[in-house]
Amino acid sequence: MKKRTAIAVLTAAMAMTGCIAHAEEGKVINIYSWNGEFRERVELVYPEVESTSADGTVTTLKDGTEIHWIINPNQDGVYQDKLDEALLNQADAADDDKIDLFLSETDYVNKYTDAEIDVAIPLTDLGIDPEKDLADQYSFTKTTASDVNGVQRGSTWQCCPGLLVYRRDIAKEVLGTDDPEEVGAMVKDWETLKGTAEKLKSAGYFTFASYADTFRLYGNSIENPWVSAGETKIVIDKQITDWISDSKEWLDAGYFDKTVKGQWNDDWNKSMGSESKVFAFLFPAWGIDFTLNPNWDGEAGAWAVTNPPQEYNWGGSYVHGCTGTDNPEHVKDIILAVTANKDSLLTISREKTDFTNTISGMQEAAADDANFSSEFLGGQNAFKYFAPVAENIKIAPLSAYDQGCVELIQSSFSDYFQGTVDYETAKNNFETSIKVRYPEITEIIWPE
Amino acid sequence: MKRNKSHYAESALVHGVLLLLAFMCLFFFYILLINATRSHADLQKGFSALPGKDLINNFKNVANDGTFPMLRGILNSLFVSASCAAICTYFSSLTAYGLYAYDFKIKKAAFTFIMAILVMPTQVTAMGFLRLITKMGMYDSLLPLILPSVASPAVFYFMYSYLQSSLPLSLVEAARIDGSGEFHTFNRIVLPIMKPAIAVQAIFTFVGSWNNYFVPALVIQSKNKMTVPILIATLRGADYMNFDMGKVYMMIAVAIVPIIVVYLFLSKYIIAGVTLGGVKE
Amino acid sequence: MRKRKSISYAKWGYLFILPFFISFFIFSLIPLADTVRYSFYEYYRSGLKSIGPNFVGFKNYLSLLKSDMLGYGANTMILWIIGFIPQIGIALLLASWFTNIRIKIHGMQFFKVVIYLPNLIMASAFAMLFFTMFSSHGPVNSILMSLGWLKEPIDFMGTVFGTRALIGFMNFLMWFGNTTIMLMAAIMGISNDIFEASEIDGCNGWRRFWYITLPLIRPILAYTMITAIIGGLQMFDVPQILTNGQGNPNHSSMTLIMFLNSHLKSKNYGMAGALSVYLFIVSGILCFIVYRMTNDNDPDGSKAAAKRRAKEERRRR
Repeated sequence: MKKRTAIAVLTAAMAMTGCIAHAEEGKVINIYSWNGEFRERVELVYPEVESTSADGTVTTLKDGTEIHWIINPNQDGVYQDKLDEALLNQADAADDDKIDLFLSETDYVNKYTDAEIDVAIPLTDLGIDPEKDLADQYSFTKTTASDVNGVQRGSTWQCCPGLLVYRRDIAKEVLGTDDPEEVGAMVKDWETLKGTAEKLKSAGYFTFASYADTFRLYGNSIENPWVSAGETKIVIDKQITDWISDSKEWLDAGYFDKTVKGQWNDDWNKSMGSESKVFAFLFPAWGIDFTLNPNWDGEAGAWAVTNPPQEYNWGGSYVHGCTGTDNPEHVKDIILAVTANKDSLLTISREKTDFTNTISGMQEAAADDANFSSEFLGGQNAFKYFAPVAENIKIAPLSAYDQGCVELIQSSFSDYFQGTVDYETAKNNFETSIKVRYPEITEIIWPE
Repeated sequence: MKRNKSHYAESALVHGVLLLLAFMCLFFFYILLINATRSHADLQKGFSALPGKDLINNFKNVANDGTFPMLRGILNSLFVSASCAAICTYFSSLTAYGLYAYDFKIKKAAFTFIMAILVMPTQVTAMGFLRLITKMGMYDSLLPLILPSVASPAVFYFMYSYLQSSLPLSLVEAARIDGSGEFHTFNRIVLPIMKPAIAVQAIFTFVGSWNNYFVPALVIQSKNKMTVPILIATLRGADYMNFDMGKVYMMIAVAIVPIIVVYLFLSKYIIAGVTLGGVKE
Repeated sequence: MRKRKSISYAKWGYLFILPFFISFFIFSLIPLADTVRYSFYEYYRSGLKSIGPNFVGFKNYLSLLKSDMLGYGANTMILWIIGFIPQIGIALLLASWFTNIRIKIHGMQFFKVVIYLPNLIMASAFAMLFFTMFSSHGPVNSILMSLGWLKEPIDFMGTVFGTRALIGFMNFLMWFGNTTIMLMAAIMGISNDIFEASEIDGCNGWRRFWYITLPLIRPILAYTMITAIIGGLQMFDVPQILTNGQGNPNHSSMTLIMFLNSHLKSKNYGMAGALSVYLFIVSGILCFIVYRMTNDNDPDGSKAAAKRRAKEERRRR
């Protein structure tokens, strides 16, 4: 019953990969991204940058080349829609309209590094040797950006090991200490954390805001990909059903705030404010700086980080050269400058607080309290905690279906956690939604 | 005496209901405007009935962000909506008049046909529409947002009903006897009579087009052609990098306030226009 | 003489309706044909790969019937009714008050302007506003709690009833002003002579509204019904944003267009096409019913009489 699938020849005209004519570089570099994050890092460390227009849409380089930033939001898949549209037109587009660089997130990087559709140029074709030039990067980031054949087609400046970040005042009140080492011992694994959660609960506090907060810890330790290469069935990992049963248990026990449903909504934001009763969040570096910090309305120094109950990675933006680019030299330069230069990466860590993709650099940062301590964390050097997590991350096997599976399993089971539907209904709802999202999926297999 | 009393009660009831409805309508605007003046950190503290101090700040954040060219978006939206309103009301009146005032073979068939397509949800054709305009080279331009409004069955039906009730055919006959050309009759005699209907439908069409998200989101690709709803949706993309509720509220306010101002300015004419419908003949 | 003239005018009729049909043909009919054609194909994108088109006959239609489509249809109808009944009721009430010269309303202009205001907000922004306002820690809950009316915040969007009620309420709020204005225009279009005559006959208030106003504004009422039904069938922005596209809880506020949108989003042209055809058929049937109801329901026979008269007249010519 194998379905006959015809693969469109969308890449036929772009199949000139690798043999790019180096004769003349184009005058415009088009970069697709979902926010100003990458632009700010390019401005910070790419030495060729001359200036950026006031509205942030055009960056001029010293040689007169212009970088045009094409920004579309990630939400609702808008970014991917626009990018896909442009990629499909890449062959016919005028040189100055061709995409030269684009970014992708860990949740969907796999879609763009696919060897068959070949939209992201293999790094070696750009003249970058991953063995040599990217030797200091964390190896899981290289695996993530590679296709099935192990050809690396993207690179990242950041790496997103996650920590547990907690309120010092609540820790002092309930646990008797706000020392990261001591608190770390009380949250070191799920069993110990549960005991601590019970204590917090009897004092009137929630351990985490919502069941979605713990998802990445489970979701990133799955054994097998959601969908194996060439298959059309989703295999739900044991870790996921564990997350479901644990979350239900925790919510019913009162360790989560029942009024917070999922993430990225107003209730969730409010749970990071000073009025909230939530003790801790599970965040990587970007989460602390871009989510927790802006949502905190009290004094700096109220939060601290410590080890999470389980090592995990959350997020990460990959940079890809786009097949068909007319600026291969610039593309190579930018990728190297932003993702492979240790000094640049340390600068990014210092200025932008990213945990960057340099093993030796991050070890130095962990030891360098003078330069890398955070005011928001009350002078704590978070790198000390990030670095060991990063070294222990085993990236979960990826598939092109991750984003949809992650989103839909969370929203389908939200009803179950809240008690609106039973387990079987939630399962059915997930199966229905995922089949709409990915028409080729024929079967969903649950563990046991 | 008794009559007066019941009158009084009726009047109290009427005013009570109206006040309640007015409160419901205005309450949301009030919250929106208050929140637009508060910073994200303020908003985190919970709701407050009094405005904050970050009005200018929030506005600057919105105005200076090149990723969301708001001013440009408002201009685009104004252009598209005004064109739509003009084209739509004019051609719908024309079509309605064509079917109302003339006798011709396919008249009944044409009318039935329009009534049948009246029910067609726009979304149904969205997919083919996109493919078509791409082939026609109109992808990523404002034209496909405007041109289709020539054929608006719903507006046509309204105009047709209005003509039925307000335009005696004898008037057209009289104009013919006076030697007025058909087109001239339509522009000089029929259109003025239809003014109230046109006013009502113009504002409805304008608003509909101003708020339209579905089609523009499919068609428009480049930043400088985006209309307001696309920009709002873009901002809604709750990105952790620029997550600022103060800015979000301000953006919604910026999107809504111009149309409210236009409306308040026009409402006199709209409501006068509606009244005008009462003193015809 | 007369006949010849009407033939010579016919070309103007054709000319006047031509732009409409050209535009319709290009921007609706061709796309519609395209949509219908693909509804018989397996045709979708998976990532950046394109699968199909492979002809599959009615497979898409069948698998839609087996899916939750009918449930979503029921949701759409429920959501629509929750909003529409108060909408038409209040609108009729207000329109009759506003046009009743004997009720003196202070600040009439103000009220007229205000009730139409919510219609100006784009639905998506309105839904977003509601989402934050009615969230567990939002302004509405905090106001109710600070007034002492509530101890625990109400989880509006956690229950089927709460979510549906909110959607219905928003639809009501957005559209009742619009409907009021429309109906007012219709009532004002009724000649004053009729009202005066009725008054002389001792027909007042409620009776006048029921026996004179309502039958006379029937065309506009039909128009309102039809546009409201189309609007209801197309319900999308409000539930989409309020529930983040999932129609939670338990898909109970997932509408048909949200379902269509999720197919369009996954670039499943075949399924989206088939669903569009279903939608097209359903909307056709619904409007046919309303059209018949409002046009042929002719209790006092005045319309039939008018028709007869018109026919006779035509014959006499």
